[in-house]
Amino acid sequence: MSKPKAGFNWFASCGGCEEAVVDLHEAILDVVAAVDIVFWPCAMDFKKDDVRAMRDGEMDVCFINGAIRTSEEEEIAHLLRRKTKIVIAFGSCSHMGGIPGLGNLFTRDEILEHDFTQSFSVVNPEKTYPQEVTKVPEGEVELPRFLDYVRSLNQVIDVDYYLPGCPPPVALLRNAVQAVLSGELPPRGTVLAPDKALCQECPRLDSKPDDLAITEFKRPQEIIIDEEKCLLAQGLLCLGPATRSGCGAPCVNGNMPCTGCLGPTSRVKDYGLSTMTVFASLFESKDEKEIDELVDKIVDPVGSFNRYSLPSTFLHRKANV
Amino acid sequence: MSNNGNGRTNGSPRIGVYICHCGINIAAKVDVERVTRFAETLPGVVVSKEYKFMCSDPGQELIQKDIREHDLNRIVVASCSPLMHEETFRKATANAGLNPFYFQMANIREHVSWVTKDKDLGTEKAKALVAGAVRRVSLHQALEKKRVDVHPDVLIVGGGIAGIHAALTIANSGRKVLLVEREPTIGGHMAMFDKTFPTLDCAACILTPKMSQVKDHPNITLWSYSEVTKVDGFAGNFTIQVTRKPRYVNEDECVGCMLCIDSCVYKQARVDDEFNQGLSKRKPIYIPFPQATPPVVVIDPETCMQLSKGKCKQLCAEACEKHAIDFNQKEEVIEVQAGAIILATGFKTFNPMRIPEYGYGRYLNVYTSLEVERLVNASGPTGGEVVLRDGSKPKSIAIIHCVGSRDHKTNKYCSRVCCMYSLKLAHLMKERSNAEVYNFYIDMRTPGKGYEEFYDKLLEEGTHFIRGRVAEVTDWALTDAEEGKMIVRVEDTLVGMPRRIPVDMVILSVGLEAQPDADDVRRLFGVSCSKQGWFTERHPKLAPVSTATDGVFLAGACQGPKDIPDTVAQAGAAAAEALAMIDKGFVELEPNTAFIDEEVCSGCKSCIPMCPYTAIKRDDEKKVAVINEALCKGCGTCVATCPSGAAQQNLFLDEQIYEEIEGVLNYV
Amino acid sequence: MSDAAAFEPRIVAFFCNWCTYTAADLTGVSRMAYEPNVRVIRVMCSGRIDPEFILAALREGADGVLIGGCHPGDCHYIEGNYKMLRRYRLLLKYLRAMGVDERRVRLEWIAASEGDKVQRVVNELTWTIRELGPLALPVMPQPEGAGASEESALAEANA
Ligand SMILES: Cc1cc2nc3c(=O)[nH]c(=O)nc-3n(C[C@H](O)[C@H](O)[C@H](O)COP(=O)(O)OP(=O)(O)OC[C@H]3O[C@@H](n4cnc5c(N)ncnc54)[C@H](O)[C@@H]3O)c2cc1C
Ligand code: SF4
Ligand code: SF4
Ligand code: SF4
Ligand code: SF4
Ligand code: SF4
Ligand code: FES
Repeated sequence: MSKPKAGFNWFASCGGCEEAVVDLHEAILDVVAAVDIVFWPCAMDFKKDDVRAMRDGEMDVCFINGAIRTSEEEEIAHLLRRKTKIVIAFGSCSHMGGIPGLGNLFTRDEILEHDFTQSFSVVNPEKTYPQEVTKVPEGEVELPRFLDYVRSLNQVIDVDYYLPGCPPPVALLRNAVQAVLSGELPPRGTVLAPDKALCQECPRLDSKPDDLAITEFKRPQEIIIDEEKCLLAQGLLCLGPATRSGCGAPCVNGNMPCTGCLGPTSRVKDYGLSTMTVFASLFESKDEKEIDELVDKIVDPVGSFNRYSLPSTFLHRKANV
Repeated sequence: MSNNGNGRTNGSPRIGVYICHCGINIAAKVDVERVTRFAETLPGVVVSKEYKFMCSDPGQELIQKDIREHDLNRIVVASCSPLMHEETFRKATANAGLNPFYFQMANIREHVSWVTKDKDLGTEKAKALVAGAVRRVSLHQALEKKRVDVHPDVLIVGGGIAGIHAALTIANSGRKVLLVEREPTIGGHMAMFDKTFPTLDCAACILTPKMSQVKDHPNITLWSYSEVTKVDGFAGNFTIQVTRKPRYVNEDECVGCMLCIDSCVYKQARVDDEFNQGLSKRKPIYIPFPQATPPVVVIDPETCMQLSKGKCKQLCAEACEKHAIDFNQKEEVIEVQAGAIILATGFKTFNPMRIPEYGYGRYLNVYTSLEVERLVNASGPTGGEVVLRDGSKPKSIAIIHCVGSRDHKTNKYCSRVCCMYSLKLAHLMKERSNAEVYNFYIDMRTPGKGYEEFYDKLLEEGTHFIRGRVAEVTDWALTDAEEGKMIVRVEDTLVGMPRRIPVDMVILSVGLEAQPDADDVRRLFGVSCSKQGWFTERHPKLAPVSTATDGVFLAGACQGPKDIPDTVAQAGAAAAEALAMIDKGFVELEPNTAFIDEEVCSGCKSCIPMCPYTAIKRDDEKKVAVINEALCKGCGTCVATCPSGAAQQNLFLDEQIYEEIEGVLNYV
Repeated sequence: MSDAAAFEPRIVAFFCNWCTYTAADLTGVSRMAYEPNVRVIRVMCSGRIDPEFILAALREGADGVLIGGCHPGDCHYIEGNYKMLRRYRLLLKYLRAMGVDERRVRLEWIAASEGDKVQRVVNELTWTIRELGPLALPVMPQPEGAGASEESALAEANA
């Protein structure tokens, strides 16, 4: 039997996910030995045409990281979908929209205007913007269209599995590769991580009081963080109760609150709302004014609760209505 | 996003939908035919029918027949409110062999036809609600009601005639009763009256025997001078905390001989006597009235030298042969159990200071009816003699009806008893003082057995009746004849002219109001009250003594103004309802409790502080939360809070609610 | 603005069983007519209302959401309504940040005896939303078979 064919691709993301693959260290050699890597633009030279040339479904598995922001990404996503049996959304951006998904707080025009005329590092008095089509003596040069919104991968193509995380924890990646190789895959649509929230694997859980009541919010830089005690109990916005486990709680172990990169467990429809709900319910005050004061302490509710997930929420993006 | 939530249960749904006309109650504003045809098109619906009265026997049989013939496994009835008939239709569903919880109701009467003007819009709304119900019911699951044993004792709060009658009825059936009364004695308002309308039998003669029966009954525990301060639990199993105020007299020892009162260091009685409405004085150690029950004295700590100043010769204690006086008595808090509760906390009378035109508090000889009840009482401050505050005897008396009733500025409602007791007082005043008596009334309201006849009798007795709302009581005399009198100014609507009637005494027939603490009391017992503070019955016609809280019943004037015959009848009804519940031996709990799916619970503990009943604990071994079903009351707060969807609520699963949301929105 | 004139808001209401749902029944029994735009979903307590329900309703096409519970101190389950109040206050901040007019999501305490308040609140909310216009949450193109064939077309065009 020939080796399974695998691909990796990178859309709108920081590149950390590619790093995660390399983080397999020696294990990557086993992967390379077990599969035939037929597409990995980040590491090896592949062209779009190489993919086009494949038969439909020729690739056994493709790990796709990054959100979808441009017309080209959309096009290639569809292309890869056609050529691949198992598409795995790899990393938070692909899974839920990720950090690039916060771009949905602005319109396309706002972003272009900011980035090309107002940003500190830009001097552009003529207000030159990138054009989709530019005429040059040799003919026309095309740039992909910068779309008006950021989407998670499953908002563009059907996704078979999700490997969550920013970037996906190595252990989860290893398990996923194992599952693909052995063919022992769970039902389609599954997120390849434990379906329990992070608190379950957090070493600080026992220090979390049974009668937790939130009276204040603090930011990590404002206090000296106790290294043993539950962070939420210290007034930090630790999203552990609402976030899928499987990462081994590196952030909490590094004395920082969980920011939610693994996203929600399977029954939750809107990650940010479930997070907000659990915190708000735990507020101590019964007084509307006091509650509002506490709410005001959360400077950026969208960024705090949907850092990695805005496009995959009910609202998808800022509405302006 | 992936979703491995609850799938559909027991095969594919085969839904029967039944749309009720409710006579024309629904059909007038909802095109029932159109809704029925629409329901047919919804996924899973096998039959969709309309019927005049779904709750009638033939209506229920229709459902049952269809369940058998069409092998239905889900039922939707669109009719009135589920608070009205959900139980009826669940039973009908169960009678055909289906689990009763495979049922959902759409409220197209209270929430649609009765509140919508346009029939097309009403029809649209009904369609949406039916679609929501159909989608929801397909995810319903078979559930079982849990049976819980009922504690056989009954708590009765308030010892007026209502509480007394209910207590005796229950005690006579062999059940145990705890009667908690706030005042030092039971008896309530009735104990203050001399005679009662319409028969004019002596109140004491009919009430005091009942009071002593309460005292002596082996099945009744009477705690007077006590209040309920906390209620926990649910129908069949209430845990009640009663706070017993110190009366500084040992109740078990005191025999009510009153030697102590005579020997009190206060030679003269100087404190306003509450029972006599301040028309007489009492000592710091006192008994409200001779037949007070329990027949035990009380010491008022505010005026008792020993208790307020810490220094007294304690002559009372010395005089007491039983050594019953105990200045060190402390407030006691006792916890008791009961299966059912009857609220019989009665009413208070309207404070006429709120209508300054009538001069109460300004003119010495303006009285409230309740004061006059004491005044004419043989055991009252004057021994039943009609003597005014200035010692004179009135030659003319005005009785003003509807003070604080039927009045937009105070209370809109009719207090129901004032016309009748005004007639009673008119009769008594005439009998005792031979004065001229004028009744000022708006309408004479005398519905009741023997009531109109009583009115006729009064007309024959020569009492004057003037129809009109009194504008003012004044001492501004315009003529010599008016000098030194109070003048009642009124527009006589029968004659059609203003009149001035000079009198020596004015009696204000004050209306009945809810107890000032009705709002706290209803909160304590989880019942609701109307804006005026009257406790709300579950249904004005069909469940007049039940409340929205199972196991809590109402008796007497706390539910609304009523006279003694109605009060007693209602007390009997409340007793019967409580007994029915207790004799059944168990209550069935709505299976809407929450549960936790261990597969997805992370043990994050967020749900634990949500529960007001501490029903949730963390299982430290399994590292998951666990709900104690016996403690959970099914609010669903933990469910909404759980950030993993691990906590769920039977009958209100997340998925069921999402289906309903989608159904009511995307029904077209 | 002929469209706006024809616009009829769709409103989903979540009412607690003990106070507001009962009050809405009373509104009916008292025959107090109100705007027909609201569809009531019954829950046992306002504490059961998950903000996810509220936004699911908006996503499914509701133009507004009404939440009704017992007055503070009156919750049949002691304090479920306070939990809802806290969620609601935070939700409003989130809605503001997300550009959704907060007047579309309203929380009201309505006691069992306040049938008239149900009438008033539903009317007011309906009128407010009629004025605000349809919610029209932005939609992003969703995956579909069509998307894939589009790619094929693109691929062919580029070939
Ligand atoms: C002036 C007047 C004359 C009347 N004359 C007649 C008449 O002739 N014939 C007739 O049929 N009707 C008459 N009525 C009506 C009659 O008074 C009522 O029908 C009757 O008293 C109602 O009885 P009840 O037990 O419900 O309330 P109440 O008599 O008010 O008794 C309530 C009892 O509950 C106690 N209580 C209150 N709150 C608490 C609490 N939180 N905890 C513990 N205990 C509490 C009170 O102390 C009281 O003892 C008259 C009313 C008035 C005002
Ligand atoms: S809230 Fe955060 S710190 Fe606390 S137990 Fe959960 S994951 Fe750990
Ligand atoms: S602790 Fe939270 S933020 Fe950190 S890696 Fe895990 S899921 Fe991501
Ligand atoms: S306290 Fe003693 S003296 Fe006073 S009434 Fe009771 S028994 Fe008689
Ligand atoms: S809130 Fe949910 S996940 Fe957390 S302990 Fe409770 S049931 Fe488990
Ligand atoms: S539903 Fe949850 S919060 Fe409510 S009573 Fe039950 S366990 Fe407690
Ligand atoms: S029961 Fe009404 S808000 Fe809790």
